[in-house]
Amino acid sequence: MIAVVRFPGSLDHDSAVRAVEAAGGTATYAWHADRALPAGTRAVVLPGGFSYGDHLRPGAIASRSPIMDAVRRHADAGGLVLGICNGFQVLCEAGLLPGVLRTNATTSFVCRQVELEVLDHDTPFTRDLGAGLSIPIKNHDGAWYGDPADARIVLSYGMENPLGSIASAAGVANAQGNVLGLMPHPEEAVDRLLGSTDGLGLFTALVRA
Amino acid sequence: MSVALHRQLGLTDDEFAQIPILIGRAPTDPELVMFSLMWSEHCSYKHSRRMLRRFPTDGPHVLQGPGENAGAVDVGDGWAIALKVESHNHPSAVEPFEGAATGVGGIVRDILALGARPIALLDSLRFGTLESARSRHLFTRAVAGIGHYGNCIGVPTVGGEVVFDDRYEDSCLVNAMCIGLVRADGMLRAAAFGTGNLLVLIGNRTGRDGIGGASVLASAELSADDEDKRPSVQVSDPFTERKLMDCCLELAADDLLLALQDLGAAGLTSAASEMAAKGGVGLDIDLDRVHLREEGMAPAEILVSESQERMLGLVSPDKLPDVLESCARWELDANVIGTVTGTGNFTARHGGEVVVDIPASALTDDAPWYEVPRTPGPAATPLALDAVPVPADLGAAWLDLLGRPNIASKRWIYQQYDHLVGANTIRRPGGDAAVIRIPGMRRALAITTDCAERHCELDPRGGGRASVFEAARNIACTGAVPYAASDCLNFANPEKASTGWRLAEAIEGMSEALEAISVPVVSGNVSLYNESPARAIYPTPVVGMIGLLEDAGASVGHAFAQPRDAIVLLGGGAARLDASEWLGAALGAPALPDLAGEAALIGVMVVAAGAGLLRSAHDVSGGGVAVTLAESALAGGIGCSVALPLGRRADETLFGESGERIVVTCRPDALPALRAIAGDVPLAVIGSVGGGTVDVQLGDATVSLDLEAARIAYEATLTEALA
Repeated sequence: MIAVVRFPGSLDHDSAVRAVEAAGGTATYAWHADRALPAGTRAVVLPGGFSYGDHLRPGAIASRSPIMDAVRRHADAGGLVLGICNGFQVLCEAGLLPGVLRTNATTSFVCRQVELEVLDHDTPFTRDLGAGLSIPIKNHDGAWYGDPADARIVLSYGMENPLGSIASAAGVANAQGNVLGLMPHPEEAVDRLLGSTDGLGLFTALVRA
Repeated sequence: MSVALHRQLGLTDDEFAQIPILIGRAPTDPELVMFSLMWSEHCSYKHSRRMLRRFPTDGPHVLQGPGENAGAVDVGDGWAIALKVESHNHPSAVEPFEGAATGVGGIVRDILALGARPIALLDSLRFGTLESARSRHLFTRAVAGIGHYGNCIGVPTVGGEVVFDDRYEDSCLVNAMCIGLVRADGMLRAAAFGTGNLLVLIGNRTGRDGIGGASVLASAELSADDEDKRPSVQVSDPFTERKLMDCCLELAADDLLLALQDLGAAGLTSAASEMAAKGGVGLDIDLDRVHLREEGMAPAEILVSESQERMLGLVSPDKLPDVLESCARWELDANVIGTVTGTGNFTARHGGEVVVDIPASALTDDAPWYEVPRTPGPAATPLALDAVPVPADLGAAWLDLLGRPNIASKRWIYQQYDHLVGANTIRRPGGDAAVIRIPGMRRALAITTDCAERHCELDPRGGGRASVFEAARNIACTGAVPYAASDCLNFANPEKASTGWRLAEAIEGMSEALEAISVPVVSGNVSLYNESPARAIYPTPVVGMIGLLEDAGASVGHAFAQPRDAIVLLGGGAARLDASEWLGAALGAPALPDLAGEAALIGVMVVAAGAGLLRSAHDVSGGGVAVTLAESALAGGIGCSVALPLGRRADETLFGESGERIVVTCRPDALPALRAIAGDVPLAVIGSVGGGTVDVQLGDATVSLDLEAARIAYEATLTEALA
């Protein structure tokens, strides 16, 4: 069972559930105010959206939600946690991932397809991924800022770096590799009908956990 | 000298004199304020109501026609699609960010009021030219506001259009369309019923923002002192809107709501009086129970505040605990503010005293209506082609045209909108119509907004037809069957000159075209007074249309697909420069769109796409066939080679417009089947796909467009003008 955490202002939770199902798994929602993850949770998804309307800073309020203590315990025990977009912001704000997400270099929201390079295949998420992924981004504050020496940059925008991330980072993992945050939206790329299935591999990894 | 209160509020002396006749006494001040809002053009359609009856509104699939918060049609498998277009023009002209943002919020709540989940947004925009610093500011901020709101509530902005023209310099247009999904048997209505049932106000606190928005702002001409009207513009809170959506949909799914209504123009007054009048019941409202943002608000302020993100639910007393619990879970304020009574009166109390007690229907059904003067405008004079200079270099002219703001790529705009959220967007912005999957169904929807405003200026009836057919061709280019429409009639001051005639003629033309393709209008909106002392807008009847695709996987795009595919020009339209983008002005006499020809062309498209014959399809519109070919080539990253009959003049052949033409591509061996389907619809095989240039042979000469140069011209304009 994959737990998809729902905060007030979460937007991509339904798409995340469908993506888990497309990868052959089952998913259930975890509510932000709860103190425990649903029984039988094997892996956790923090979905995209504007939790708490991005008030204060994106992810800042959600990172202090009661459910996040449970997510932290799950991660500390080696469980997989995937943070997508706002979920990535929440994980950085919670200190589960290094760095922060700053406003895009364009100073605007950016919604478009991007070509990602998989730089690190040595995590449970990326083990079976190919060299490149075509996945959309859609965010306003997606420029990762941190010290590349202290971070496992797993996914990169390559030469293009559309948002102005340090080291062109698109996805960052913790040292153990069991917590991954990325700004692109793999749940928008699990169906040929919508243009790409390159995002499916990340959900397959969760289902396998 | 003091001006009488009713005049300050926008009521005429005659209207003011009607009120005592209706209610049997002089109105209290709060009552007078309520009448002034409800009898404004924006709320009562007093200048347009009678004309709107002309629209075809029936069809076997229509579940909800005009009159509710939004219309709805049956799309099969027990599902319905709700749709509506609405304007937020005047607020956007005064404060573009909040005006445009709250426009999105308002249309989303109209859809939500049916219990429908909003699944797509589109925006139809008209602004002054990009040479104007003021227009650049207004446009940039309006786009930011639309993005801010739509992105944050998680409803994808999948399409729309924008035209820049000096005629919109003083009165920009911001129209928003929303599409929603609801179980056909679970659709909510706004009518209140059942004495003792409770009115629950859910969402934002009520403040002093947006007071008089519908009357002094939306129902009057704009003028130089409009910055003083900023307090009449509402303030947006998309985070609360998202919670409100989640909460109301949860309440609807749990069958806890008997009726639902959004609070828009004229706030609680409009919401409650419409609920009461539709249900033929009374409502007793305690204003002390309305959760307020600030202390000391007067009864009239509470009654007409247009604070955003509020919904009014009708709840049976035994379901109240469940409703309040759900609202608390979503961290939304919710209060019982009134009950249904059998009196038929809108009654409001404040501090224990009755401050309003009038028949609800006096505010709604008894609103005045006016027969507007219908002085015909001047007849259009045909374009003197000889007076239009022939471009010395057609290739350079072609590049120039591709870079003009009304034709150039709108990527700068739609990249700022989340057009994907929800994971249903099959065809993204940039093509003829957006295509979205209907969640849970094999079918998909094509959606577009369109308007032929220059044509409407010259000939409103022809322009009305052209606006509908442009939308229908865009739908048909994806392979979808045009299925239902909504509209937003943006016009100038109806009390002046030929505006009334233009409005009636446009409605007539739209209705003729809609009847020709059997598409009903299920909802709509009217925005009048879009003029300043210096300028009136073009008549701008924006058509929002949805189409139905049987197979979500079989939609057709506008990009050239494969080398050697045959390029076919379908339809009998003639290339004419009248009112064209190349001419860049509302000059000439565009041909009256042919009802049978347009309908036949759309029918052929649907059958050909359904048979799987089409590899691409792209409507010939602004910029003529030259721009159509270039856009398909740019989207596909592959050129083409085409030969066209020279016609009267090369520039007219290349850049002329007039509707009723679509460029499609197909495998060469599919041509016989396509010819058979086309029947009497003119069909010309004009060339084939391939190469790195778009080459058009005209008589002895060939005009050539380099794809890389074209891409630069097409993509740079908006980015450079607005960066």
